[in-house]
Amino acid sequence: MSKAIMQLDELSCPSCLQKIQGALEQQPGVENVKVMFNAAKVKTEFNNDQVQSDQLSKVVTDLGYEVQSIKVKE
Amino acid sequence: MMKFITKHSNQITGVTGALIVLGFMGRLIKVEPVEIAAFAVASVIAAVPIILRAWSALKYKTISIELLVSIAVIGAFAIGEFEESAVVTFLFLFGSYLENKTLKKTRNSIKSLTEMAPTTALVVSEDGSVEEEDVDFVDVDDVVLVKTGAQVPVDGEIVSGHGNLNEASITGESKLVSKGIDDEVFSGTILDNGSIKVRATKVGEDTTFGKIIDLVEEAQDTKSTAEKFIDQFAKYYTPGVLVIALIVGLITRDFRLAITVLVLGCPGALVIGAPVSNVAGIGNAAKNGVLIKGGEVMNVFSKVDTLLFDKTGTITKGETRVAASLDVEPKSEYLPLLARVESESDHPLGMAIVSYADDSDVNYHDLPLHDIDTVKGKGIKAEVDGRQVLIGSRSLLADAGIELTTDQADYLSSLHEKGNSSVLMAINGRLAAILGVADIIRPDVKETLKKLKQLGIKQTVMLTGDNEKTARAVANQVGIDEVQAQLLPEDKVEVVKKLQAEGKTVAFIGDGINDSPSLTTADIGIAMGTGTDVAIDTSDIVLMTSSYDELYHGFAVSKKTVLNTKENIVIAIGTVAFLLMGLIAGFIYMASGMFVHEASILVVIFNAMRLIKFNTKPKQVDEKLTDINSISEPIK
Repeated sequence: MSKAIMQLDELSCPSCLQKIQGALEQQPGVENVKVMFNAAKVKTEFNNDQVQSDQLSKVVTDLGYEVQSIKVKE
Repeated sequence: MMKFITKHSNQITGVTGALIVLGFMGRLIKVEPVEIAAFAVASVIAAVPIILRAWSALKYKTISIELLVSIAVIGAFAIGEFEESAVVTFLFLFGSYLENKTLKKTRNSIKSLTEMAPTTALVVSEDGSVEEEDVDFVDVDDVVLVKTGAQVPVDGEIVSGHGNLNEASITGESKLVSKGIDDEVFSGTILDNGSIKVRATKVGEDTTFGKIIDLVEEAQDTKSTAEKFIDQFAKYYTPGVLVIALIVGLITRDFRLAITVLVLGCPGALVIGAPVSNVAGIGNAAKNGVLIKGGEVMNVFSKVDTLLFDKTGTITKGETRVAASLDVEPKSEYLPLLARVESESDHPLGMAIVSYADDSDVNYHDLPLHDIDTVKGKGIKAEVDGRQVLIGSRSLLADAGIELTTDQADYLSSLHEKGNSSVLMAINGRLAAILGVADIIRPDVKETLKKLKQLGIKQTVMLTGDNEKTARAVANQVGIDEVQAQLLPEDKVEVVKKLQAEGKTVAFIGDGINDSPSLTTADIGIAMGTGTDVAIDTSDIVLMTSSYDELYHGFAVSKKTVLNTKENIVIAIGTVAFLLMGLIAGFIYMASGMFVHEASILVVIFNAMRLIKFNTKPKQVDEKLTDINSISEPIK
């Protein structure tokens, strides 16, 4: 299980939070998604064999939110 | 495409606004083609980002507010209501822009904290060369160089050099601390002078400073029950509005009414009202040295009516010192002998006496010491420098046939009444001195307790393992209502449970590992920041500098925040009710509905922003603010 922390641009609407959360949770191998609205951070645990961290970052980017940085802990 | 639009949404809003003005001007000068064209173009331009966002969310099976607006706008456009569609889209975009701006302000207090975090480190490689690296790439056991004025980037031990450090970001104390080889340094502290090399033991988010930031960030997103309810509600509410609009449309056969319901139904102020108050309140508290772990904690804390205090380390500083003495023999005569014997002991009273002797520059280390004999529960007998010495309680001296005069006995009982522990000393069968040893009471305890009572605290109780007499004396000095002495940690938990069973909402304030069970059991556990890590982890609230001002501020800001949240919920529900009535009465349409919505969102944000400036002690808060500013300057 790896752990990724993404720093996003400011989130302004609580519904963005639901969108990001829902989208990431539907990715295979992703467990435990936590979107921190005020800190504009996403913390997630995922299975390295099923999905890569840059795929997760792409999901968020596709939703229209810039990912400033992503930290991954194995 | 998506990125481009997100980046330029401000420009899009601007262009739409200009087109709408042009449209109204067209109407004013009665040139219908200009009017229609301007509104139509504005609708299309402004609708694109909204529809795209709605679509991307829909792809992940989420029904968003944007979807409601999109359908309404497309509908209005289809029936030729270009003015309505243009104004609705513009207000929606412009509203999000303003929300963004104002929300940023409510989050600023946390930003100023995270910006204090170090970003780069000078890593010393094995051949001695130094390279600047991003702090994320520093590993445990790397050696980093810290120069004068720079920030320590890791938690670690000094391997060479020494200097004075400003540890205000961790301890809240701005006094400089001198440190040398093998001493521990913390990430986020600033080297005021000197130059040190530090071997990293903890990096990044594992450092103490990283943990503090993490704690505050998590706290702001830890939802209260009310928020969780609203979140859950919003999840079904948004699709619900879609269904209701459909039903309304089918029954009334009024397409315009159906799409108006879509716009009016947007969950706006309700979703944002509660979280925005909590963010501002928690941010305010953090800035004033109080870490509150989430909105629910604030909620419960505001209802607390009973405060339980641990004594040592909480009411008092947990540092004993000699507070008074009656010198029968000159101090220079008895103190060296006394200190020599006590230097062999690790009893707290003994340590207080030794540091008293050290402070008085008494030389005692080389005195010959023989025949030490501990008399259980009474004291010590010994021979120092050829003289027979008795150190301990009154009964130890009485056993040896040494009686006190009336004056001496009065002095002794006055010491006890003030909460001091006493040490008597006799040399060669005659009383030499009576010393009072006291634990220092933290500043401002009495005043703070008084002010807390004005805010609604009904009862204060001190729980301590110490003896009844000392405990009562301390309690009397600070004005605590009730004392329960000679308690074991599990007895303290029982007291908490008993009070809870009586229907009281209890906060426990403590500092040690032994307090952890009580901290968890109480409705609210409050830890002294200078206490143990365990206490800080198990608590709900941490007072960073262990000051009573912080306790008061935390309580006051929690009450204010809860009130603010309620105000916001009332505003939000009031808005929805107003819109519904307006719709039925027929004076609210799509554009005016959107306007009221966006306005109500801004009202709740502005209401929450009042919390940012809330303070209980104007002067002191200002000093702390400048402190933070002066720290963050060198980093920028």
